[in-house]
Amino acid sequence: MTTASTTEFTAASADEAAAFGDEGPQGIVTDHSRATADGAHTHGVGGKPQGSRAERLTSFDLADIPVPSGREEEWRFSPVARLTPLFDEDLAGSGVITTVVDAPEVEVEIVARDDERVGTAGRPGDRAAVVAWHAAKEATLVTVPEGATASEVTSIRVEGTSSDATAAHVVLHARPNSKAVIVLDHVGTATLTQTVEVVVDEGADLTVVSVQDWDAGAVHASSHRARIGKDAKLKHVVVTFGGDVVRVTPDAEFTAEGGEVEMVGLYFADTDQHQEHRLFVDHAVPACKSRVTYKGALQGEGAHTVWVGDVLIRAAAEATDTYELNRNLVLTDGARADSVPNLEIETGEIEGAGHASATGRFDDEQLFYLQARGIPEVDARRLVVRGFFAELIHEIGVPEVEERLLASIESELAKSMSVIEGTA
Amino acid sequence: MPTLEIHDLHVSVETKEGPKPILRGVDLTIDSGQTHAIMGPNGSGKSTLAYSLAGHPKYQITQGTVTLDGEDLLAMTVDERARAGLFLAMQYPVEVPGVSVSNFLRTAKTAIDGEAPKLRHWVKDVKVAMEQLRMDNAFAERSVNEGFSGGEKKRHEILQLELLKPKFAVLDETDSGLDVDALRVVSEGVNRVKESTDAGILLITHYTRILRYIKPDFVHVFVGGRIAEEGGPELADRLEDEGYDRYLEGAGAATV
Repeated sequence: MTTASTTEFTAASADEAAAFGDEGPQGIVTDHSRATADGAHTHGVGGKPQGSRAERLTSFDLADIPVPSGREEEWRFSPVARLTPLFDEDLAGSGVITTVVDAPEVEVEIVARDDERVGTAGRPGDRAAVVAWHAAKEATLVTVPEGATASEVTSIRVEGTSSDATAAHVVLHARPNSKAVIVLDHVGTATLTQTVEVVVDEGADLTVVSVQDWDAGAVHASSHRARIGKDAKLKHVVVTFGGDVVRVTPDAEFTAEGGEVEMVGLYFADTDQHQEHRLFVDHAVPACKSRVTYKGALQGEGAHTVWVGDVLIRAAAEATDTYELNRNLVLTDGARADSVPNLEIETGEIEGAGHASATGRFDDEQLFYLQARGIPEVDARRLVVRGFFAELIHEIGVPEVEERLLASIESELAKSMSVIEGTA
Repeated sequence: MPTLEIHDLHVSVETKEGPKPILRGVDLTIDSGQTHAIMGPNGSGKSTLAYSLAGHPKYQITQGTVTLDGEDLLAMTVDERARAGLFLAMQYPVEVPGVSVSNFLRTAKTAIDGEAPKLRHWVKDVKVAMEQLRMDNAFAERSVNEGFSGGEKKRHEILQLELLKPKFAVLDETDSGLDVDALRVVSEGVNRVKESTDAGILLITHYTRILRYIKPDFVHVFVGGRIAEEGGPELADRLEDEGYDRYLEGAGAATV
């Protein structure tokens, strides 16, 4: 049982049903059965073989991370040409306005980047992230004081006002034994590279929701870097609806035992939208727990979503408990979902590790069943899609956000129904 | 008086080797208030008849007509058929994750009636129907058919039958996989519907045991995609004694 082994699973496709709770002899579960392969689903083959995620270069130095060509592992699914403005050394634009409506218990400051409270969570891991670090000279720092429980949601609104490439930096810091919900909203249009640092100190319980609801034309790269302390809990929610290109890369790193992270994502891509979510959960210390659940729907020609979930269980991280799931629902022809879970396990002494990914088209049998009860096709499709997202939305646990999401899904569905009905 | 009239119905299913004929000229007329049992061996086309009436896209009608109240059923979409008054209790009900039973029932009722049911009456109707089918209250908040046992799925089908009140109900092997207690509960539900709504029932079954609880007015023996013999309830008794062998010997060469 103590044999250290490295097992890397790249691009598996599995059904979630069997994957968890039915642990193998080493407590490792990676269900690769029932792989589904249709035109809308890649298995991640054909690219360059990836080394351990631990070897990925991270740096605060621009010179260390060159402008990508698009062939790099971390860029191979991305429309790099569209993101190029975010790779320049000097981003001069001041294209976003950040407004914070804070809970009374929460402190908000604008601080210089050299403030010691900035730059403590992780390091930039790609060109857009290192540019964001350099170009943003100030950061919006939101602090939940030690022992405080925020009585209201703190809302940070990032509004894009021009298409000039620009950078922004937000630090969300929950001090020991505090509790808060912080919602980041992205609206308007912008060409933005962004850093969102999330620091959750010992015993704190923080929920962060980042909603990308940009207008058409927006290009957004966002490096979320979370540091989770002893017995701390982070719920990290990413919701992507709007914008032309949105690429969010949440990293979560445990620094002490007993940490827990729940990462939830929901996305809905329309015609020609590119929505990419690349996650990395780094289990470097023992006895931490991570859960990742991302679900997306796609509709329209050229709609493209990418989900990459990297989980690394380092040799020291005994008693780790991790599971990640991605599901995609392809509503129309011409859309493409890439889904790549990667699990690296360097110790056998764990509680459990599993992942699952499934990409499917609309289930005709579900439609038949609902229609056979008199429900018209359009309404039946709505029911199925709402059902697909329903559980995930309820997991968010922030009623204001849940209601908004349900409304956003309704308006997305109105678009797809017009496609189906031919009234578009 | 509403009538479901099936005339010379031929149906094929698409296979890799090309279309395969399953139904080979079915004639059947059901008046409201009547209960017709269709009995037959496996593979005789009983379920094909059920799904063809409901409009499942897998089945191609190649010949014949089906009318409900004189309206051409075959020209209607699946949901139009249901709104015209046809109900199919399925042998294998489909899971719809994330859609609660209560939401599903209300949506279906609204679609069938063309208006939302009055809330107070509706909640009571659902509650009473569930109690009569020995279904727990918590059932209403579960996702449609997700994780249901075989018996729960069948009760849920009959619950819909009771609440949607169709003119004609096709019950496709509703008795399969039920223990004696569940069979009785489900049969009582069907009998309540017959008494309270005067619906016409087309009961498809392999076994005679459900006919002890739901009394048919007519029994049709289905073999090789058509009706081989018709009679009254006494025909079911004879099938119980003799089985289907007598028909299969005659039709065997033609069905393979």
